[in-house]
Amino acid sequence: MINIFEVHETNKMIEQEKLDVRTITMGISLLDCIDSDLETLNNKIYEKITRLARNLVPVGNEIALEYGIPIVNKRISVTPIALVGASACKSPDDFVEIAKTLDKAATELGVNFLGGYSALVSKGMTPAEKNLILSIPKALSCTERVCSSVNIGSTKTGINMDAVKLMGETIKKTAEATKDIDSFGCAKLVVFCNAPDDNPFMAGAFHGVTEADAIINVGVSGPGVVKHALESVRGENFEVLCETVKKTAFKITRVGQLVAQRASEKLNVPFGIVDLSLAPTPSVGDSVAEILEEMGLESTGAPGTTAALALLNDQVKKGGVMASSFVGGLSGAFIPVSEDKGMIDAVNRGSLTIEKLEAMTCVCSVGLDMIAIPGKTPASSIAGIIADEAALGMVNQKTTAVRLIPVVGKDVGDSIDFGGLWGSAPIQQINTFDCSAFVNRGGRIPAPIHSFRN
Amino acid sequence: MSKTIITVVGKDTVGIIAKVCTYLAENNINIEDISQTIIQGYFNMMMIVDTSSSKAQFSEMVTELEKIGEGLGVKIKCQHEEIFTKMHRI
Repeated sequence: MINIFEVHETNKMIEQEKLDVRTITMGISLLDCIDSDLETLNNKIYEKITRLARNLVPVGNEIALEYGIPIVNKRISVTPIALVGASACKSPDDFVEIAKTLDKAATELGVNFLGGYSALVSKGMTPAEKNLILSIPKALSCTERVCSSVNIGSTKTGINMDAVKLMGETIKKTAEATKDIDSFGCAKLVVFCNAPDDNPFMAGAFHGVTEADAIINVGVSGPGVVKHALESVRGENFEVLCETVKKTAFKITRVGQLVAQRASEKLNVPFGIVDLSLAPTPSVGDSVAEILEEMGLESTGAPGTTAALALLNDQVKKGGVMASSFVGGLSGAFIPVSEDKGMIDAVNRGSLTIEKLEAMTCVCSVGLDMIAIPGKTPASSIAGIIADEAALGMVNQKTTAVRLIPVVGKDVGDSIDFGGLWGSAPIQQINTFDCSAFVNRGGRIPAPIHSFRN
Repeated sequence: MSKTIITVVGKDTVGIIAKVCTYLAENNINIEDISQTIIQGYFNMMMIVDTSSSKAQFSEMVTELEKIGEGLGVKIKCQHEEIFTKMHRI
């Protein structure tokens, strides 16, 4: 039988160490909504999403009450819209109409975000995919809850450099289209290499074509719990450190697994995966950077940071994998800058640069995330950063991503504040040497060799 | 599914157990186990109760007990047992 100390430990995690379930995300396939008439397509999309996800928010709230644990977000991901709208949309503006429909459905249901305004163009782009990408600036500026992602490369296909160049321009245009709100539109846009089909986290969630009609994916969180556990093993060796992270990750993930199963039963939608990611928030004590510092770094970005992050990421996976029957999504430690108090402090202190962040993305779960850069940064430099990040993902067979915010009218020394989970960030210096002749070459970077790995 | 854990955390005062037990009895909720201890200077009490023939809905029980807790100056929480067993038992 469960004892009072175990009960106390769990409740302390929830109340003091900010353990929560970050998201219940319902993936919904829109493939059966495809129609050549735009109005019919929009109607079918709205009808299907609102029908399947009608109870998502109430069920999420019920489960939170039953177990006494916050479930912060309820979200929806859909089939990449570039596929769904391919036959109906003849122009970027046609795609914007679908974005508005998605936003309307999300608002009606009360979900926080809806992801899947996406295109998968890792090898080539269809005219529809190009139109979707061209529509992103407008779509993200006239909707509130829609999130967009574009997959521009993979280990199997190489990197589509035409798409990389286009995404550099798209990020700039999205920044411009939302300049009144510090280019916030860019926070809802991710560029991926090796994007997973079942990621429940925003802004990169979409419902892959390999998935069932509807599915429940759950993302847990809990950097604060890991940090607190590590406080009790200060000065111990790496074996003890790793064991502590692993055990804590196990406990966190079990909660995610429980919530996922319960949501799946209540909604009568199959359970997909639990995403093991440690997702930070801007509040104190909920930071991945603070975990690294607890391990013994004076400030995140100091020598040893990449090694510390690598071991954290690996131990989280090792503990989490045993706790859940199906693990998927991104599963690792997120290192967004604006959404993590410790990261923001490290940047302000001058210990964390964009180059060190790039190195960290080789071993973390995603990539260069929520980084504010000067608004004057040329599109070609953004494309160059995307290409670098995609190359890391392609060669290392991992998911990498870029979510940069070139804040219009701001420069190094300024800062932005998006509020809530999005947080705030100082504008970071990036390398200002030119790479336009490289990105403008056009074409593809071929897939890497899979032998002779060094 | 019907097992619920009720926890009371706060400063020890007269009548905590009496008030909680009265509410549970009125709603036909059976207490299977009670334990209490002091953790980090705070009074901690835990009850394992069976709510299978409860007159109150789970959500009502949560809010009612929360109210009783506020009156006593302590924090009362109700949670399904599974969150603890899943986390602490393989």
